[in-house]
Amino acid sequence: MISPGTATIVGAYNTKQARVLPGETSYSITLKAVQGALADAGLGLSDVDGLNVLPGLQYRNGSDAFGYALGIPTFWVGTAAPGPASVAEAALAIEAGMCTTVVIASGQAQVHTDKDSVAPWTRPENEFVECWGLMTPAEFALAAREYMHRFSVTQEQISYVASVIRNNGSRNPEAVYYGRGPFTTEDILASRMIADPYHLLDCCTTGEGGSALVLTSAERARDLPNRGVRVLGGGWDSWGPSYTHPPTYDQTAMWGRKAADAAFARAGLEREDIDVYEFYDNFSWEIIRYFEALRYCDVGEGADLVANGAIEVGGRYPVVTDGGTMSHSHTGESQRIQRVVQAVRQLRGTSAANQVEGAETAVVAQIGDVVVLGAA
Amino acid sequence: MEPGAGVARPTPRASATTRPFWDGCRRGVLLVQRCRACAAHTFTPQDFCRTCLSCDLDWVESGGEGVIVTYTTIWRPQTPAFEVPYVVAVVALTEGYEMLTNIVDSEPAEIQVGAKVHVAFRDVAPDVTLPCFTVVAS
Repeated sequence: MISPGTATIVGAYNTKQARVLPGETSYSITLKAVQGALADAGLGLSDVDGLNVLPGLQYRNGSDAFGYALGIPTFWVGTAAPGPASVAEAALAIEAGMCTTVVIASGQAQVHTDKDSVAPWTRPENEFVECWGLMTPAEFALAAREYMHRFSVTQEQISYVASVIRNNGSRNPEAVYYGRGPFTTEDILASRMIADPYHLLDCCTTGEGGSALVLTSAERARDLPNRGVRVLGGGWDSWGPSYTHPPTYDQTAMWGRKAADAAFARAGLEREDIDVYEFYDNFSWEIIRYFEALRYCDVGEGADLVANGAIEVGGRYPVVTDGGTMSHSHTGESQRIQRVVQAVRQLRGTSAANQVEGAETAVVAQIGDVVVLGAA
Repeated sequence: MEPGAGVARPTPRASATTRPFWDGCRRGVLLVQRCRACAAHTFTPQDFCRTCLSCDLDWVESGGEGVIVTYTTIWRPQTPAFEVPYVVAVVALTEGYEMLTNIVDSEPAEIQVGAKVHVAFRDVAPDVTLPCFTVVAS
């Protein structure tokens, strides 16, 4: 009998990331991600009996279609969103004995080709949002604007976050925007406006690539070549269907708090026990929101918490250490998995750049999804 | 590319539940569901009341008055069908419900959190009228 909290990440891999990957399709780049993660784990496809795969934007039946394409006879299927939720779900399935080894993967190529419009995954076709020209930057800008108004927070305080993350990516040779930088807060503010308060450089980029993870039991992990990373706790929160109802601050501000409470309780860790903070950086204010939602400070104090180097590598709360969606890569969906890949590499001590010395624990938070990880 | 060139502005695809709302907009009337059991207003249109779960909902006319909860001015359009800049906002109606909308025909300096607005219907396609809002001069 395997005790709870022992599922282990044994493989983590990003394919090459680029603005465009000529010759690749969403299926081919997802396949490369799966093969890379399995090779990293020292496992083969014959070991896999669980999947949570999102090729392209195939939200319906993506795992089923990809599992069939891989030739796996029958397999457990996870349905949680890529990233921390999919990791927490797969860990539960392994610990419950529903499967032994799970591959989580996603990849996108040739998805965003109409550059006159914003990326297709940012244009929700829902009845009460699309007709008013809503798209993802506007959706997230609405809550950010309200927060700034309520707590008298300035654009400078928010855009500072983007400069930190972009500078992390600037130092990362695997980032699409490697060498692009360094950025100051003033550089972020000087970029053109997209949806105020968000300037171009407050927003994520778009590109192509794939990412994958392999999870198995602690027992199996002991026989594998690389240092494992334990899934200590997790959770995922929803406040309703995405891009459907008005995204006010009151609706979205505490997204992920219940998930984090559950994750930390299960992990048996305090907030201050965490070494690395891989938060989803789709827009600059979101990083501030996570610190408040996850109870690192009181509501309205997040901008002060992140200031003056606290979230830079070497600071108390290093965030988004690969450069994240702003600099490393944002493909549409697989970037969600990148946050976990980067946390794993930090805890193995193998980050391509910005290694946090002696990192033993990480928290990954993404929208309402949270997972707490620890070096095995 | 010129705004609107070759790209149709997206229009809402109504369901049986939401059809009365859009039909009202065509007539220049802002409708909202009101619960016959608890009197709460529900938007977007639902099959039961979000407050008390009664299925007995009535369509009533909203006063169309409210305040801006939050807003953003968009400079990178969703598609070329939208002319920039345009303002997306959340408005809290006097009846106690919120809706996403556009703020139109208002001075940028007037568009503020807390500003009073009233409904202003705009035809965006031959058979589609959207409820937008205009800032009420203070």
